[in-house]
Amino acid sequence: MNKVVKDADVAISDIQDGMTLMLGGFGLCGLPENCIAALVRKGVKCLTCISNNAGVDDFGIGLMLKQRQVKKMISSYVGENAEFERQLLSGELEVELIPQGTLATRCMAAGYGMPAIFTPAGIGTEVAIGKEIRNFNGKDYLMELAFEADFAIVKAWKGDRLGNLVYRAMARNFNAVMATAGKITIAEVEELVEPGELDPDHIHTPGIYVHRIFQGKDYEKRIEQRTVRKII
Amino acid sequence: MLDKIGIAKRIAKEIKDGYYVNLGIGIPTLVANYIPENIDVVLQSENGLLGMGPFPFEGEEDADIINAGKQTITMLPGSAVFDSAMSFGMIRAKKVNLTILGAMEVSENGDIANWKIPGKMVKGMGGAMDLVASAENIIVAMQHVNKAGESKLLPQCTLPLTGVNCVKKIVTELAVLDVLPGGGFKLLERAPGVSVEEIKNATAGKLIIDGDVPEMII
Repeated sequence: MNKVVKDADVAISDIQDGMTLMLGGFGLCGLPENCIAALVRKGVKCLTCISNNAGVDDFGIGLMLKQRQVKKMISSYVGENAEFERQLLSGELEVELIPQGTLATRCMAAGYGMPAIFTPAGIGTEVAIGKEIRNFNGKDYLMELAFEADFAIVKAWKGDRLGNLVYRAMARNFNAVMATAGKITIAEVEELVEPGELDPDHIHTPGIYVHRIFQGKDYEKRIEQRTVRKII
Repeated sequence: MLDKIGIAKRIAKEIKDGYYVNLGIGIPTLVANYIPENIDVVLQSENGLLGMGPFPFEGEEDADIINAGKQTITMLPGSAVFDSAMSFGMIRAKKVNLTILGAMEVSENGDIANWKIPGKMVKGMGGAMDLVASAENIIVAMQHVNKAGESKLLPQCTLPLTGVNCVKKIVTELAVLDVLPGGGFKLLERAPGVSVEEIKNATAGKLIIDGDVPEMII
């Protein structure tokens, strides 16, 4: 079994206008930088992007926003992006804001084969409008549906040609959840290794969930808020 | 009257040995600096870490090691890393003992509004709605009045809600207050040099004063 493709351009070559994509990462941490660059090159449009954040003006999904490739964002927090704000206020861009845990768990549900989840997040708020509420043991919960995404695009630290993935530190974030949730999952990795090099006990995403994998290159791994301690 | 650091210091006294604590952005982040050294506390960052440590030294920043505010941080020995679904799983399952977050408004029945101001660019609720919907022990750190001088402790919130009936305690520059289960802000402590009268004037919601109100010790 060999899921390795040559590069990001090949990996995303069949992504079409109007599709729904999951994109891993939290802020600028753990972004599938190579695939985002390839999507910008390909110029696909009218995309619905499920991603916790929307990048910044010149990095992450911000690069796709700049090319007007995104029709709708489904996110929990979209600050720090002036072009995003402009498109939202002008009505060019549709945005659905949902609680971060709900976002993660709707991805998880897709990967676990469950059509819906029940969560208390959003009860009594505008997030609950129009949604089914069920009471369990005296507490109200919202029914939230599993996401359906044509592609999930994630970035891992290491992976092998079977698609087994290991993430590094907090770059695991939404990557590990979304990797399980795409109809087709594409993984870009900092280091593509031979089967057997990854300890089976330490694999975060089993390869069964991953359809395409490639060795990424030129990672910038930009830091959004560089904060340091003073040496006293 | 307390400054932001004073509020953080007072909240730090609410943290008990063995607690797992989630700190929100702003004043809550400062609380980490004042946790008593003789107790064991584990900080949870909802982007997937238990065991958050201080900021790194210059030159040791790592793009993969950040907190929920996207700041570079460090991982303490004994840290555990997990994905976003598990992170909110442990929050929903009430494994996190204490949640400290900021607010724009709190109502006398414990409703909180802290994510959206109509007419202004909305950035999103992030993890706040998940945290307030599940946490059993929520302390709000905020200013008692807003920039226009209006009370943020209200009979009812006017801004879109983040969660209902969830805030247990509030620490402001003027006072420490409990939100009573039956409704109302019970005044527990006054900030140094602040009178009960000043707190009354700054509180629009139902304020409950029971006997002498001690000055807080920080």
